This record gives sequence, C-alpha cells and structure tokens, in this order.
Amino acid sequence: MISNETVDNLAATRRRPRGTSLQRERRLWGWIFLSPWVIGFVVFTAAPIIASLVFSFTNFNLVNRDATAFIGLGNFERLFTDPVLKVSLGVTFKFFVLALPLSIILPVLLAALLNSRYLAGKRLFRTLFYMPYVVPVVSAIFIWGGVLNSDSGWLNRALRLVGIPGPNWLDDVNWIFPALLIIGLWGLGNAYLITLASMQAVPTVYYEAARVDGASGLRRFWHITIPMISPVIFFNTVLAVIGLLRYFEIPFILSNGTGAPGNSTMFFNVHFYKQAFVFFDMGYASAMAWLMFVITLVLTVILFWSAKYWVHYASGDQN
Amino acid sequence: MAASTTRTVPRIGESYANTSPYYLRQVRKSGLVALVTLFACMLLTAYLAPFAYMVLTAFKDKDQITASARGPILPVDIVTFEHDGKVLDVLNVPLEDGTRRLAILTKGRQSSVFIDPDDPTAAPIEWQGAWRTLTPVYEFAPRTGNFAEVWTRIKFPRLLFNTTFIAVTGTIGTLLSCIMVAYAFARFPLPYKNTLFMVLIATIILPRQLLLVPTYAFFSLIGWTGTWLPLIVPHFFANAFNVFLLRQYFLQLPRELDEAAQIDGAGPLRILLSVIIPQSYPVIVAVALFHIVFAWNDYFDPLIYTLGRPDLQPISVAIQQFNFVYSQQPHLIQATALLGLVLPVVLFFFSQRFFMRGVVITGVDK
Repeated sequence: MISNETVDNLAATRRRPRGTSLQRERRLWGWIFLSPWVIGFVVFTAAPIIASLVFSFTNFNLVNRDATAFIGLGNFERLFTDPVLKVSLGVTFKFFVLALPLSIILPVLLAALLNSRYLAGKRLFRTLFYMPYVVPVVSAIFIWGGVLNSDSGWLNRALRLVGIPGPNWLDDVNWIFPALLIIGLWGLGNAYLITLASMQAVPTVYYEAARVDGASGLRRFWHITIPMISPVIFFNTVLAVIGLLRYFEIPFILSNGTGAPGNSTMFFNVHFYKQAFVFFDMGYASAMAWLMFVITLVLTVILFWSAKYWVHYASGDQN
Repeated sequence: MAASTTRTVPRIGESYANTSPYYLRQVRKSGLVALVTLFACMLLTAYLAPFAYMVLTAFKDKDQITASARGPILPVDIVTFEHDGKVLDVLNVPLEDGTRRLAILTKGRQSSVFIDPDDPTAAPIEWQGAWRTLTPVYEFAPRTGNFAEVWTRIKFPRLLFNTTFIAVTGTIGTLLSCIMVAYAFARFPLPYKNTLFMVLIATIILPRQLLLVPTYAFFSLIGWTGTWLPLIVPHFFANAFNVFLLRQYFLQLPRELDEAAQIDGAGPLRILLSVIIPQSYPVIVAVALFHIVFAWNDYFDPLIYTLGRPDLQPISVAIQQFNFVYSQQPHLIQATALLGLVLPVVLFFFSQRFFMRGVVITGVDK
C-alpha cells in the first residue's frame, strides 16, 4: 500500500503551504473511499498474479497438496511438448483470425444501418437488436443448438426451402466454426450500441460540408464517419481481442468440454479448464495462464501502438 | 432524431403526375425509407427468429416433436374424427368443388373413401388418387406440460432463490464499493490519482485465467469452495467497468452543490449520500442492472465454485447440466432456455433506457 511518505511528498509538491488540516482530512477521506478497490486490487489481482507466477514453477496440485515442490522450468518445457496445447493454440488462433474482423466490421455495419436517416422506427430497432445481448449465454447456446440442428433446425429448413441441403453445422469439423460465428452474432449488442452512439455524436456540419463538395454517401462514410468513430472502433477491437482470448463458454457447453467434433473446439481455455479444474494441476495451468497473459500483452501492445496510425482523437464529441 | 415522415400519397385533388423536383425528391426519399426499413425488418426477423424457435419448441410435447422434425413448426396436432368407435385422421382432399376437410375411412392406393365430419350420416365420398399425397389438417395445440415438468425436475424455485440471492447480494456489494471508489476518484485529492486510475482500467485486459487458479486455490484453502462466498464477496471490492461508469457520471455533476453542502457543515459521507447519490439515480440503476444481468448469466465462476453442490447451483449451471442429460429432448431443453432468459429479458425491456445509456457512457467517453 501507499506509504505516508508518498502522501506527504505529493502534498509537499502540490500544495505549497504543506497541506492544511482540512486538506489532509480530505485526503484521508479519499483513501477511505478508495479502500475497497485498493484492498480488492491487492487481494484479488496483485497477489494472484504473483501467486500464479510462483505456482508455474511448481507441481502444485490441489488434490495432492502435500507433494508440492519446485520443479524449475518443468511446466514451461511441458508447454512445448503438450500435443493438445498445440492443437488448442491452433484452434484458438484460427478462430481469432476469423472472428476478429467480423467483430470489428459487423457492429459498424449494423450501427450504420440503424443510423440511416432513411430508417423509420429507429428506437424500436435499436432496442430489439440489442436485446439478445442480455440473454444468458447458456440459454443462447441451447437455442442456437436447436436452430442449427441439421435435420429439424430452422436454418437448414430454411435452406431446404430454397433447395440447398444444409450442412451438419455442429457435428462437422468443416462447419463448426461458421456455427460458432453464427452463435456469436448475439454477442454484438454492446459493440454496436456504442458505435451507434458515437456515430450520432458526429457533428452534422462535416457531412454538410462534404456534401457541398460533392462527396458521395459512401465517401462521406469512409472519410468522415469512420475516422470520427475510430476511437470507438479501437475500444471495440481491444474488447474483442480480450474476449476472443477468453473464449470458453460456447465451445465448452456445446461439446461438454470434449472438444468435439474431432478436436475442432478444443480451444485454449477448454484445455486450460481441464488442466486446472478436472485434473487440478494448478502448476501447469498457471504456466498456461502466463503463456496466455504474454500473448494478450503482446497483442494489446501492438494494438495500442497501431492506434496512433488509425485512431483519430480529434474529438467532435464536445460540440 | 426521429426520421422525418414524408407525405407519400398526394392529397385529394393533387395530381400523381406532379413532376416538380421537390415532389420527385420526396417520392425518392419515401421509397428509400420503405426500402431501408424493410431491409432492417428482414434482418431483425432473422436475428430474432431463434426466439420464435425456442418458444414454439417449448410449447410442443414429445409426440409433436417427433412428428414435426420436418413437419410443421408450430405446436400442432392432426385433427381427428371419431366415427363408429374408430379414430379417423382428417385430411385436405381436393375435390371438384374445391378442397374439403374429410375424415379418411378406408385407405387405398388408387382411391380412398372419406366421410364428412360435419355430416357423418351422409353418403361416403370416394376420391381417386393416392391418399399418402394428401396433407393432414392441423390444429394449433400448444402444450404447457414441459414447463411443469422442467419446473420440478430442475427444482426451479430453488434455482430461482439461489440465483436471485447471489445476484442481489453481489449487486449490493458492487454498488457500495463502486460508488465509494468512483467518489474517491471524482472528488478527492489523492496522490498519483491518474496513475491509480490507469491501473484500475488496465485490470480490464488481464486474462481471467491468470487470476483464476490462485484465486480458486485461495478460496479452496480457506474452505470457501462449495459455498456462495466466492461468487459474492469479490464484488464488494469494486470493478473497473462500473467504477469508470460512475466516475464519468460523478465528474459531470456540478461541484457547486458539494461546496454549498460543505459550507452548511456536511461531511464527505453526508455529501455522498445527500448530494451525489440523489443526482445519480440513472447511472446507479444502470450499474445495478448490469450486475444483476451479469450474475444471472455468469456461467464459469458458478461452475467451478459450486462443483459437487447441486443444491447451491444458480440457474445457468443447472440448465447446462440438465440439458446435457436430456440432450435428446429438445422440447425440455427449449423450456429450460426460456425459463433461464425470461427474467433478464423482461428486466431489460422495463429498464432499457437506463441500461443502454449506461453502455453508451462506458464505451464512448473513453
């Protein structure tokens, strides 16, 4: 925790006549109000991060706690030789590459539609397109599981109506990813809603000026809307990256953790869950968690670095 | 922002042949409105169609499910007619004077004999053709038995209590802690306040897995696994999203009111309770809603912390395990899915204004 020294130092630099008693009292109150987070951060964030680093060098197993010993880099060596881990990283990466562009583009397209000045009943559409977002993921998976059923599911029935024999979405290794992407469509709510809100905040004078200059609708969208909403696109991208690296519930529930069909839904986190909470192999699971942390960190750093080339903070929100 | 309504049809006396540029522009505009709105309607229908699938399937019984794998999507029964102690199916029979609904008496490959259910004493009607090509007459017959069955099998009242208890206590914790922390960030002079705030926001990108193992081990060592405590207690220590949301809101409240209250002798706690909180109902409601929906929908934490204690499970985990066992019974599965989503969806519709504004503040004010 922050020592008294730092408090005093800062007080000395910020307030010339060393904090009056009133100011000190306010600082004290500030710390009191901040304390839930400070305690929570230490207990539920900082300590676990350190602990998981320590665990990753041990063979700590919850079932066999007494045999815990330091095993050096053993867990990290295992990362390189675990064949299922290799598969799971491949699955996760492949899905990441497929799903990330969609989770960036689709909210923008949906928001553009709902922001169209030719759309009647905007409020109703806005609410109804958001609604699936509040559906519990477990319910959503079972609903989509029914809809995607190869025989009685509505999607294949609709395809049959137009003469296309629908695939076996959930049991065919070639179709499971499209199926996962379709199920993921119900998760667009938040991203599209904040994109829409930021589109509505773009000052109309820009559009008027562009129209006077003869810019077409598409050009206006590309040269005004997209740059103006780029901070929100960036925010959505960060959340999508984090979300995809946490991706777990949908493949886990669909295959009940088996990774079926084949090993095609053996996502990193499904494998991680097994190591940690089926085999209780906390040491190895911690090493896996650190691997994922490093991957997340690298991707986030790249993302934040890239932001300076495409995110425009010349905010129009203030007008 | 409402789309301006345009007059699409000329008033009486006006000519359709009006070709003024203004009028043409109006026609073009209303055409576009119709087109875009129609497209949005179709998209929305496809997006929400799974809900219809769920509801219709949940109202079918086992026989209707078996009969309807490729048949009707509505919960329907085949209309039958009892004649001389025999149950006859009613079919749509195309006759010269139009299609009639007739009960089939004797089935034949080349011709069949029918009687009219409305007039069974009249002479039977013979129809030439293969009876298997005829479609049965259906009647809408939703069954509510699935809900009763699921209600007792998954012990729904118990699940409702578990989930509500976890959600409500967690909400109290979230509100208490996040309001306090946001108040500290918004109003008090703290050393390194901006750095602390950045640290808080940075916790959003931490992978869940990283904290999970030690946290689980910790709760396991102090004997909290198999209880609700790990699902409730951490929420009393604030989280980044809600603190951010509340802080943004507190920052835009005028400080003059704080200062006026301070001059009147109110301390920081009194100012929070009497000045800040009363002005912040919309955002406080939003945070409460977020947490209730989060807790209702959360799957992973309840899964690992209630392992082996079915009596403590919240609805999400119980539904998943039930449906794994009954995976061949779509009507029961869809009934549980419906029971699982009713509360959050209803809550959302009643409070969507607060809810959606809260989402917007977290996303746009970055």
